[in-house]
Amino acid sequence: MEQILANGIYLGSQYAMIALGLTLIFALMNVLNFAHGQMYVLGGFVTYTFYGQLGFPFVVALFLACATLFVLGALIEKFLFGPVIRRSSREESTMLLAAGLAFFFDAVILLVFGEKQRGVPKIVDGVFNWDFRLIMPYDRILICVLAIFSIVGFILFMQYSKTGRALRALAQDRTAAQLMGVNVDRYSMIGFALGAMLAGLVGGLLVTITGVNLGMGGPTSIKAFMMVMIGGAGVISGAIAGGIILGFLEAIGLAVLSQYGDITYLLIFVSLMIFLAFRPQGLMGKPWG
Amino acid sequence: MKRRVIIKSAAAAVALSVFTSAGAMAENQTLKIGFVGVTSGPAAAWGISNQRSMEARAAWINETGGYTIGDTTYDIEIVSFDDQKDPKRAIAGMEKMAQEGIHYVVGPNVDDGAAAVRPVAEANGIMYFPYAFPKELYTAPASNAVLGMVANYQSGPAIYKHLMENEGVKTVAFIAANESDPLSQRDGGVAAAKELGLEVVSDNVTYQVDTTDFTPVLTPVMRTQPDLLVLSGVSPANAPQLIRSARELGFQGLISTETAQDAQVLREGAGDLANGFISVGGASTPELASDAMREFVERYTDMFGEYNDESNTKVYALEYILETLKADPAAIEDVSVFQATMDSFEAPNPYMVGDAKLRYVGMSSFGQKRQVAVPLVVNVYQDGEFKTLFVAEVD
Repeated sequence: MEQILANGIYLGSQYAMIALGLTLIFALMNVLNFAHGQMYVLGGFVTYTFYGQLGFPFVVALFLACATLFVLGALIEKFLFGPVIRRSSREESTMLLAAGLAFFFDAVILLVFGEKQRGVPKIVDGVFNWDFRLIMPYDRILICVLAIFSIVGFILFMQYSKTGRALRALAQDRTAAQLMGVNVDRYSMIGFALGAMLAGLVGGLLVTITGVNLGMGGPTSIKAFMMVMIGGAGVISGAIAGGIILGFLEAIGLAVLSQYGDITYLLIFVSLMIFLAFRPQGLMGKPWG
Repeated sequence: MKRRVIIKSAAAAVALSVFTSAGAMAENQTLKIGFVGVTSGPAAAWGISNQRSMEARAAWINETGGYTIGDTTYDIEIVSFDDQKDPKRAIAGMEKMAQEGIHYVVGPNVDDGAAAVRPVAEANGIMYFPYAFPKELYTAPASNAVLGMVANYQSGPAIYKHLMENEGVKTVAFIAANESDPLSQRDGGVAAAKELGLEVVSDNVTYQVDTTDFTPVLTPVMRTQPDLLVLSGVSPANAPQLIRSARELGFQGLISTETAQDAQVLREGAGDLANGFISVGGASTPELASDAMREFVERYTDMFGEYNDESNTKVYALEYILETLKADPAAIEDVSVFQATMDSFEAPNPYMVGDAKLRYVGMSSFGQKRQVAVPLVVNVYQDGEFKTLFVAEVD
């Protein structure tokens, strides 16, 4: 039981971080960012390059991953999503753009970083072992703590900073925010950049545990969408709840159902379908959007 | 002065036209060889190492004047198609090869893709070299598929037997991704282990192919405390994570797989925790590699920036195709000639030291010669590189 709880907290914290960026972008711009997983992978590869290849300290590499994705996100919003949203009121235009971006990033990652799985040296050695009832490597504990701190930091930023308040106003009512003097274009760009940065941050953190390869983007996006669907699209607290719920479901399923084969995700998908049939807006979403 | 310039210009033009026409006459014909396999997504490493091995070898051949088959010298052109590990795409890829008049194709990389393309290949006179293990692909009435590597049901028993005799292994646990290839390899491994008298303590734990954290997956397997943990059909992307998680969970036993791996990927992903990991490799360990193998590795590295150890097994398919065509040039347009030639074909293996031969095998596994005779080289990873554990022959 202790192991299941620990695995659930660890998985939940990293999943919540992945979902946060996705839901932020959706809340601000109504964009389903199918390239979110690829942004996560890019963050991992930037950290791999600076920490694993060039020998920079991990913290510096992580900062560079965040900065790279922030700038990339800002550019993508300014030159791609922004113009498309202005010119087309059809939601599928941004969806197609996001899907195209995902393919583009996959191709770029293959060209620049190659096809191999990449990994970096452990940031902390050793394993916490409580009488074989609870086994957890110290680097996982550290990453889990860092992820929780990042989530708390993000919530505080959204709650108390001027930018955070502007972003929340934008998410609640774009027109009203504009009438109140919020520079919608500027904060849309900042919001998208922040969402991309969060993907880069979690990619950079997790490269120390899971490594990174070019095929991780698609599956990461799918999991992120699942978490957002559970919690409620466009709701920050919903994304966190969705991530934690998915993490615990996975940890419990893998421990309890392993003898029946790989049916954990089958059951999770079935449960999600039933859940969405009764509550399509998710746990914390509003039926009217 | 003017007249002299005109005469010089005319002479230069004549010389140029002579050289150009001579060059045109010397230009080689092109022989297209196809590749249909996965070069994108999580399993991209499998197909890309195939494709790049073929491209590196083709560039080498073309740079050194081409490949002579009968009276004609050919430049080799590799025509590639990414099937995205999707059987429908694999069929489309094989149809594309047929439309381009290609009769020899390397790939697909996985079981369902290899099975899906069989009707297209047989209907269009295409010999193909899959990296997939189902026996029905190579057993009559199937005729056009040639297994491009050593199958797990051939390497697995050899590895288990070696470990039983030399390491005292008595119990074994299997873990596989929830996909057709790894699951069929797991089932084959379990059957082989039981036949050898090993006690199978766990064989039903599987994982999603996109799993990134294996600690929760491995926890129930570790409780069975096996002497040997077999990572059935594990992809190079997952192997280091599985090894790392198993060791961090306190596993002290041996870990092995029957798929090819890459030393750099293991070093980066698992570091010293990968020491002792047993996998199937090719012929590039220092004690086995010939000068040609070393040059191939060098050229591959120059061309693509870094070498992939999986190419140690994947360097062979193109060589087999070309050498067999050389043995009977009529096979270029007629695969039935190729099939007839396979029965008696033999040529020196350029990539291994000693008197190793290229030849087709498979009589004991498939009842007909539908497998390339690559050496069964079992490697053990130690401190960033593979060392040869033992070498055996298939068939």
